[in-house]
Amino acid sequence: MPTTSEIIAHATQLFEDLSFNAAREWKAAKPERKVVGYLPVYVPREIIHAGDMLPLGVVGGGDQLEVIHGDAYYQSYICRIPRSTVELGVSGRLDFVDGMLFPSICDVIRNLSGMWKIMFPHVYARYFDVPQNYRDEIGGNYYTQELAELRHDLGTIRGKPITDEELCNSIAAYNENRRLVRELYTFRAERPWQAPAAEVFLLMRAGLVISVEQHSEMLRDYLAAAGAEERPRRDNCRIVLTGVFCEQPPLNLIKSLELAGCYVVDDDLLLVTRWLTADVPTDGDPLQNLARAFLHHSESTAAKYEPDLKEKGQHLVRAVKRTNAEGVIFACPSFCDPALLDRPMLQHVLAEAGIPYIAFKYAENSGQMQPIREQAGTFADSIKLWSGQ
Amino acid sequence: MTATKIVTPKAAAKDVEKDLSMRKQKAMMAAHYDRITSAPETGSKTCCTFVPGNLNELIMCFDLLNNLPEVNAIQAGLRRASGNFVLEAEKIGHSEDVCTYVKSDIGMAAKGNIAPNGKKFPDPDVLLLSYTGCFTFMKWFELLREQYKCETIMLHTPYMADGKVTPNMIEYMVKQLKEEVIPKLERISGVKFDIDRLRESLKQSAKAEDDLVRVLQAAKAKPSPIDAYFGGIYYIGPIFGAFRGTEDAVDYYRFLREEVEARLAAGQGPVTPDGDMGEEKYRLVVEGPPNYTNFRQFWKMFYEEGAVVVASSYTKVGGVYDFGFRHDPDKPLETLAEYCLGVYTNRSLPMRIEMLTNYVNEYQADGLLINSIKSCNSFSAGQLLIMREVEKRTGKPAAFVESDLVDPRYFSAANIKNRLESYLQMVEQKRAGGRAAA
Repeated sequence: MPTTSEIIAHATQLFEDLSFNAAREWKAAKPERKVVGYLPVYVPREIIHAGDMLPLGVVGGGDQLEVIHGDAYYQSYICRIPRSTVELGVSGRLDFVDGMLFPSICDVIRNLSGMWKIMFPHVYARYFDVPQNYRDEIGGNYYTQELAELRHDLGTIRGKPITDEELCNSIAAYNENRRLVRELYTFRAERPWQAPAAEVFLLMRAGLVISVEQHSEMLRDYLAAAGAEERPRRDNCRIVLTGVFCEQPPLNLIKSLELAGCYVVDDDLLLVTRWLTADVPTDGDPLQNLARAFLHHSESTAAKYEPDLKEKGQHLVRAVKRTNAEGVIFACPSFCDPALLDRPMLQHVLAEAGIPYIAFKYAENSGQMQPIREQAGTFADSIKLWSGQ
Repeated sequence: MTATKIVTPKAAAKDVEKDLSMRKQKAMMAAHYDRITSAPETGSKTCCTFVPGNLNELIMCFDLLNNLPEVNAIQAGLRRASGNFVLEAEKIGHSEDVCTYVKSDIGMAAKGNIAPNGKKFPDPDVLLLSYTGCFTFMKWFELLREQYKCETIMLHTPYMADGKVTPNMIEYMVKQLKEEVIPKLERISGVKFDIDRLRESLKQSAKAEDDLVRVLQAAKAKPSPIDAYFGGIYYIGPIFGAFRGTEDAVDYYRFLREEVEARLAAGQGPVTPDGDMGEEKYRLVVEGPPNYTNFRQFWKMFYEEGAVVVASSYTKVGGVYDFGFRHDPDKPLETLAEYCLGVYTNRSLPMRIEMLTNYVNEYQADGLLINSIKSCNSFSAGQLLIMREVEKRTGKPAAFVESDLVDPRYFSAANIKNRLESYLQMVEQKRAGGRAAA
């Protein structure tokens, strides 16, 4: 059985590989294989998988990618993820990708979908719209039709329609994967010193660039290894990290939080890995099942409308209670409209619930961690010293 | 028809020349603000909604007064009050990075919510979250809902990513209208929905839209009788705001059209705040919203150089009518859906590029100028690619200036003037090159 350090070494290698060699190798293994990229925050990867394709999560270039061309496409007041994504495209790092999906998350990613069509006219590029109306007969019908169009398009790329049976099999594979992800998150919430936040992030990140079957195996191995190893427990406080659902923070930022005294017991990093919060039925109409799961059993985030004022922000309160957290850290990417506009409302909800919080901004290439470490350290101290008084 | 320019030095905004249509509009706006601020006394109910996705005809069916927060933010910008409102919003926790319309609105509420007529805005009875082409709108009304604790009705407009409106999109929107929006508006207003009343308003809308298109397309003439950006912002005021579907709007746009046709017949250029523009030296297409805190100063930089804007994308943000769409009373709900789907910012980037390219060609413009807005991702993200593509497709030079909607901190007059002057020199060089080649 591999050790946690061996598994994390593999995940780190995948994380650092900005040429996506694992995905390239996967594609090269069989001539008929295709790869479809997607951006945050959610796409139904089951449909891509059902078409014998690899869903490839593209979440920007991180802090190791030198952005040369990408900056020529964006003004200084636009967030970082589109410019590093453009860099990945223009520099040929995504030249093996057969399609790109741009989910409905914000105006920047939305507009990037159109840019992609112009910049890479030979690549299938689709803006993936999701409903903001959550009634089955309204938003559900609309979304099912959108899913049918996606299924049709991917079937065309494959050269063969995607069948219901293939879809149900893929749903089962992703149900299994999500169960393992939830298990890992529960494990970390119970024993965060055994599953550091940076490791959990790397594991989730690996799931974006390898097949779901490989990823599930990696998670199983990690859970077994992490459960068997004893690691030193620090006198850290327990926090929920939020706002990090699109542009990802640098790995060093995540590490810095724990070094500063904050165990991350829940987060909204790489939400696609656990967007659907319950198993999707594997019988019946698979597209309707995926649609219903989206409408009724999916994560809350700033990109989704919350129809009920009383529910606004409660997902965060519930996360704090569920994980026995002592505070919340809002880390939002600079110029991220959804996260930054949502933040004051969420903060009001937390204040009302008596949950302490701090907030800062970052970019995926932020290099200076000292101010964040100091802020998080002070927050941890304040929780330790004054919580419950 | 005689020329309709009126100069009244003793007017409130002295030294500013205005068309008669501008004065007429000012009176319409003043009356509307009075209706809104007197709602608590008259018993009227107010509904807030947005310019892109504005369902004014439907709102009127329920006797609701339409109060548009974007328009209020613009008014605050023009009155130079928005800077303090933005600071106030930042003081209470809003990020410096986000939309300044939102912060102006929230800051204004924090500072007493005073309307342009000096009276207090009533709290809205309902927020009609009909937004199209901008995610920020969704967050904006979530913020207002938190503040006012009033009912909020979502109408979600899908994005026209592939350049077409699909039956699925229309069906989705009509269902939302039938099963969510209309029943809730009935309940909140206490007024039963009458589809014939909606049809009547839609008929009026189409009439006004016809005249608006004729006004904007008058800019194809040389010289252009209008400035389709700075002047255009006045022209779109009633139809993008609370007047579409009213007799007032029909009268206003007929009046405006006649005024513009008279200028056209007389071979006159646009009226600027300093009077007739003089010789038309440059014809530009402009993409992006303007800056409102220094609106006159910004405009002056153009007309002092003899630059007139012959077409702009911003004047399509509350509805694109120049490609034939009109509100259709024969399919009242479908037409509202089509309207929402078609507004400029709900159009994909390739569609925007095509539209701007066509404008440069059809309006015989010298090139494209982009005013990129710091806090408006919907417009701004992708504009550098738009600039390069339009330049490539038209062979005409394009340029880029940056400012903000209503945050005066991001208006740098010297930088903008410098860039504009350099750009116009580039246009001259291009012309000289063209002449030499001929």
